[in-house]
Amino acid sequence: MAGKGGVGKTVAAATMATAAARTGLSVLLVEVAGRSASAPMFGADPQGYEEATVLHEAGDDEVGSVTLKSITPDQALVEWLATHGFNRLIGRLASSGILEIVATATPGIKDLLVLGRIKALADESTYDLIVIDAPAAGHAVGFLRSPRGVRDVARTGVLHRQAGEVLDLIGNPDRCQVVLVTIPEETPVNELVETSFAVEEELGVRLGPVIVNAVLPEVAGLDIDLDDLTDAELALNDDERTALALASAFRAGRAELQTNQLERLADLLPLTQIRFPQLFGTTVGPDEIAQLADVLTEAITALPEPVSP
Amino acid sequence: MTTATTFGELVGTSQVIICCGTGGVGKTTTSAAVALAAAQSGRRACVVTIDPAKRLADALGIGELSNTPTDIAGPWPGKLAALMLDTESTFDEVVRRHAHDAEQAERILSNRFYRNVSGTLSGTQDYMAVEKLSELYSSGDWDLVVVDTPPTRDALAFLEAPKLLTRLLDNPIYRMVTASNRGIIGVANRAAQTVLRQLARVVGATVVDEAVAFFQSFQGMEDGFKERAQTTLTLLGDDRTSFVLVASPRSDTLDEARYFLDRIRAADLDAAGVVVNRMLPSVPVGAKRAAELRNELAGTSAAGAATALADLTAAAADDHDRVDELAEAAPHAVLVTVPLLTDDVHDVDGLRRIAELLTA
Repeated sequence: MAGKGGVGKTVAAATMATAAARTGLSVLLVEVAGRSASAPMFGADPQGYEEATVLHEAGDDEVGSVTLKSITPDQALVEWLATHGFNRLIGRLASSGILEIVATATPGIKDLLVLGRIKALADESTYDLIVIDAPAAGHAVGFLRSPRGVRDVARTGVLHRQAGEVLDLIGNPDRCQVVLVTIPEETPVNELVETSFAVEEELGVRLGPVIVNAVLPEVAGLDIDLDDLTDAELALNDDERTALALASAFRAGRAELQTNQLERLADLLPLTQIRFPQLFGTTVGPDEIAQLADVLTEAITALPEPVSP
Repeated sequence: MTTATTFGELVGTSQVIICCGTGGVGKTTTSAAVALAAAQSGRRACVVTIDPAKRLADALGIGELSNTPTDIAGPWPGKLAALMLDTESTFDEVVRRHAHDAEQAERILSNRFYRNVSGTLSGTQDYMAVEKLSELYSSGDWDLVVVDTPPTRDALAFLEAPKLLTRLLDNPIYRMVTASNRGIIGVANRAAQTVLRQLARVVGATVVDEAVAFFQSFQGMEDGFKERAQTTLTLLGDDRTSFVLVASPRSDTLDEARYFLDRIRAADLDAAGVVVNRMLPSVPVGAKRAAELRNELAGTSAAGAATALADLTAAAADDHDRVDELAEAAPHAVLVTVPLLTDDVHDVDGLRRIAELLTA
């Protein structure tokens, strides 16, 4: 799951994980930013590197679950060195700052190792689905580009092999796809379109549907003249009339902007749009995620069956 | 930091303003508007942008990466210019400036390890943003330089940036390999040989050879780099350098903002200003009464208006409380709020509107 900062990418990832768990899948939700932003959405405390199962959902046949896991680049590098026979060296390397040199010598190595760790988890098949809350937009492309970069720089060695394996995984449309998240505003829509071309054409990674977050539900009758109200409504005081007029004008303006951007997105990008309604509360907890998961489940059910190429 | 009591004063007295914050809160637009506000008060201001939205960049005439400021004409008594940071070329300039001769510069610039570092290393963009700031500031051409910081995962990456290369240069591998002139084979120290061989097993021998060649060609330039890094750190800590935190009233971005404040204080710095963008409009009715109105007016011709009011007040309910909390967390900063705009800012008129809201 990838998207510009501030579009609700973490909310969308938590929703995706929850909707999948409801169908009986065991889901691993991976965060790569170091601090768990999704734990509160499951009513849990923010987690560290350890895994924590935060949700159990009764599916049709099996009980699905969501497990949170944080993988940071530095931890992935140390862990990778340990599992590739560099165990004795790690202490020395870390204390002398040589790890930094390795990372400097090979741009993208840390991102690659995070992906490598995820690939290992995918191969273990402990989980049916792994949802990755990817770094914010521009970084997401760099993140997915990292295996190519490393493969081109490190022409030999274990790292070269690792890069090749990760490329096989992310380039396989049956195993991996990218879901882009945006909101119906101009700049986020533009960035989503740019990212989508980078992901699909440059990186050769399959794109799933687009999630448009925070879509205002349509409200009729915003253009009424409050001076023309009938007797029953005349109980309104001046403040209330003013407030109703201000809120109507604001909502109508936002709705128009949103319609334009949704149409523009459809014109620019021939991908299915899954629209999440704007939540008017101020925090996102388990109830809100459950509500969005209903919307997502319904939208996924309505998608056409995938056609094999 | 400055001790300005209004945002206008902050813009009018700072020599350097660094705009920080997470993505999606209007940081680039705010940075440009801050520079414009300074130009309106008669100052010569330049804004260093990282990744402006295309329409805004085009409107400002900075649609391409550049290393020199582009003047923006407008009805202000001062001067306004902008540039979109070209990270790689800026790094090349830094190398040329510190190299002893053209030959040393070319040797470094053509090294593949260097090209990787300058083009893609995380932190390089931050390092070069700060380097460009330093260069513009010391040119004497500007009364104010505004920097729009890159959207990094680490809030303080740009502060760490000047230390990046000096840390690299203080590295034991660097010291080991520069003791020799003949590549990896020529490295005399046996311990160094062992470490380099291990590294070659990880990343391949080519990478290690190129890295060694890079470090060897760097010899003699360390002091210049370290001095520059020190000058830059001093500038960032100067009284007339102001950090401005840009946020939105959403709880997650305010959490990020508080995290950022903690981090910046840990570095013995402080925020001089806080800009909260995307504020929902205030209405003279509270969320509770709005919810009642929605019920009372259900089925009438005013039902739509009542729904709009209930939704708006519910969404905005805690905004002011959260902004107050942020103000308490940054007691030395001047705080301004900017309303959610109905359209993206993509011209100079739009920026002027923001500048007015900031300095009103």
